[in-house]
Amino acid sequence: MNLIEFFTSFPEMSAESLRLFKKSVDGAYRNFSAKYGDAIEAVFDPVLYFLVWFEKLLHNSPWPLVILALLGLVYLGSRSIYLTIGSLFAFLFIGYFGMWDDTMSTVSIIGVCTALTIGFGIPVGILMSGSDRARAMITPILDVMQTMPSFVYLIPVVMLLGIGKIPGLLAVIIYAIPPVIRLTDLGIREVNKEVLEAADAFGANRMQKLFRVQLPLALPTIFAGINQTIMMALAMVVIASMIGVKGLGQPVLKAITNQYFTMGLLNGLAIVALAIIFDRVSQSYGKRMQQHRAGANE
Amino acid sequence: MSEIKIKIENLYKIFGPRAREYTNKVKGGIDKDELLAKYNHVLGLDDINLDIKEQSIQVVMGLSGSGKSTLIRHINRLIEPTEGTVLVDGEDITKLNKADLLEFRRNKTGMVFQRFALFPHHNILDNVQFGLSIKNLDKSESKDKAMYWIEKVGLTGFENKFPNQLSGGMQQRVGLARALAIDPDILLMDEAFSALDPLIRTDMQDQLLDLQKNLKKTIIFITHDLDEALKLGDRIAILNGGKLVQDGNAEEILLNPADEYVSNFVKDVNRIKVLKIGSIMNANGNKNESNPSVMIDESIENCLPTMLESESGLNVVDSEKNFVGVISKNNIAEILRKSKD
Repeated sequence: MNLIEFFTSFPEMSAESLRLFKKSVDGAYRNFSAKYGDAIEAVFDPVLYFLVWFEKLLHNSPWPLVILALLGLVYLGSRSIYLTIGSLFAFLFIGYFGMWDDTMSTVSIIGVCTALTIGFGIPVGILMSGSDRARAMITPILDVMQTMPSFVYLIPVVMLLGIGKIPGLLAVIIYAIPPVIRLTDLGIREVNKEVLEAADAFGANRMQKLFRVQLPLALPTIFAGINQTIMMALAMVVIASMIGVKGLGQPVLKAITNQYFTMGLLNGLAIVALAIIFDRVSQSYGKRMQQHRAGANE
Repeated sequence: MSEIKIKIENLYKIFGPRAREYTNKVKGGIDKDELLAKYNHVLGLDDINLDIKEQSIQVVMGLSGSGKSTLIRHINRLIEPTEGTVLVDGEDITKLNKADLLEFRRNKTGMVFQRFALFPHHNILDNVQFGLSIKNLDKSESKDKAMYWIEKVGLTGFENKFPNQLSGGMQQRVGLARALAIDPDILLMDEAFSALDPLIRTDMQDQLLDLQKNLKKTIIFITHDLDEALKLGDRIAILNGGKLVQDGNAEEILLNPADEYVSNFVKDVNRIKVLKIGSIMNANGNKNESNPSVMIDESIENCLPTMLESESGLNVVDSEKNFVGVISKNNIAEILRKSKD
C-alpha cells in the first residue's frame, strides 16, 4: 500500500468482515428476541388490555355521548366557549366525512401515550434535576431518542414484539417522551434558589421540598413539556400506522401508496384538528396555572 | 437575661474543593486575597469567636464579601463549617445528624431573607403557615397561629392575597410573620430590611423593636447600614474579609474603634445622636444643686437644649433618680471635635 493510495481511499474494513459483523449482531439479536420476545411482550400485556378496552369504549359508546364527553373535557381544560364550539364543529366534520372510528383509535392511542409519558417522564425528570451525574447520563439518551430516525428503532422493536399496537405505542413514546423529561428537569432546576433556601431554613426535608416547593413552581414548565409531547405523539401517528397501529395514520398511508389526494388531505386535516384541540386545551390549562401562581388576575 | 444563647468558637469557612487542607494555611496567617490568588479558594470566615446573649439583638455588620451572610447561615447550618463549633444552648449544632438538624431548624430558628423569599404559589396565609405545615402541625392550630402573626404584623385582610400582589414592605412583614410563626428562640435576619425604601425601612425597624419588647427573642441581624446597626443592635460585631474585627455596643464602637476599617465605617455617624450621656459624663464630678438633671441613657442630642441653657453643666441621674455624675459643655465639645478628625 503506497502513500497516495492511503490518502485517496479510506482504510475501511474488508467487505467480508463487515458482512460477518452485521450477520453476527443480527443473529444475536434474533436469538435474543426468539428467546425473550414472549416474556417481554407479556410485560406489556396490561397496557395492551387497557389500550384495547379504551379504544373499544370510544368505538362502542354512542357517538353523541363521546362528543359530549370530549367537549366537556375541552371546556374544563380551556374554560373557553369558543374553543368548545370550534371543537364541536371539528368533531362533526370528522364524523360526517367518515373518519369517526379512525379518529377514536387515534385519540385512544394518544391518550394512553400521554398518560404513559407523563407517568415515566416526570419521575425521570425529577431524577435528572436532582443529580448532575444522572443528567449527564440521560441527556445523550434523550438526544438519540429525538434524532434517531424512527424507522431505525422500529426494526428491533418489530423484531422483538412483532407488528401491532404495543410496538407502535413504544415507537410513539420513544419519540415523544424527551420534552416532558427535559422540561421537568429544567422547571425544577429553574426554581428560585432563595425560595429553596427558605424551605431549607424552615427544616423541609427532601420530599417536602419536592412536593411543596419544586414541583408546584415547576408545573407551568412541565406543562409546556406535556404539550410538546402530545404534539410529537400526534406527529408519529402516520409512522406508527406502518407497524399496524389503527387510526388516522392508516388511511394516510393508503393515500400515499395509491395517490389518493383527497383521502390523504381529509385524514391529514383530521390529525391537524386533533392537534389544534389538544394544543389549545393543554396550553390554556397551563396558562391558567401560571396565572394562579402569579395572582395577576385580580 | 445575660445567659449566652449562641457561642461561636474558632469558626472557619473556606469555599472550594480542598477547603480542609487550606485551613492550616489560613491559621498560619494567609489572608483572603492571598488564598484566592495562590490557591483559588475563597475565605469566608476566619477564626470567628462570638458570644451572643440570650434575648439580645446582635447585629453583624460589614461590607459585601465580608462574610456576614456566611456567618448567619452557620447558625442554622445552611452552610457547613470547615472547622469550628457553633453552640446553641450548649449543644454543638455542627455535630447534629440530618434528622436532628431538620428538627433544630423546625423549632429553634426562624429566618428572614433580604429578598423576602416568599413562596409565590402560596397565599399569605399559607406562606406564614409554611414552617408549621412542615412540622405537620394540626391544621386548625396552625391556621390560628398564622392568623395571630398576620395580625401582629398588621396584614389582617391580606391572608388570601399572593406575595406579588403586596408591596415590598408588606412582603417582608409576611417574611417576618413566617419566621415568628414557628415561635423560634432565635431569629436570623439576613439584611432583612436592606431591600426596602428608607421610610418603610424605618417603619420596619420600629416594628421589630416594638415586637422584641414582648418577644425577647435572640435576634441576629445582618446589615451593611451603620445607622440601622446602631439603632437596633444591643451589640454590634464588625466583619472584614472574613475576620471579626470588633464586637461591642454602639458606644464602644464609636468611641474606641478597633482599627482603621472600623473607624472609617463610623466616620460619618452623627455622634451626638447615637451616644448616650453616660458614655461621656464625668463620674467623679460633684453635684451642683442649682443645675438641671438629665437621664444617663438620654442621647446627647436630646439634652443639648437644656445643656445650652444651663450655666455650668448638668447633673446626670440614673433611672432611680440617683446622682451618678456631671456633664459639662466641654465634654460635648470634645466629642464633636473628635468626630471631625
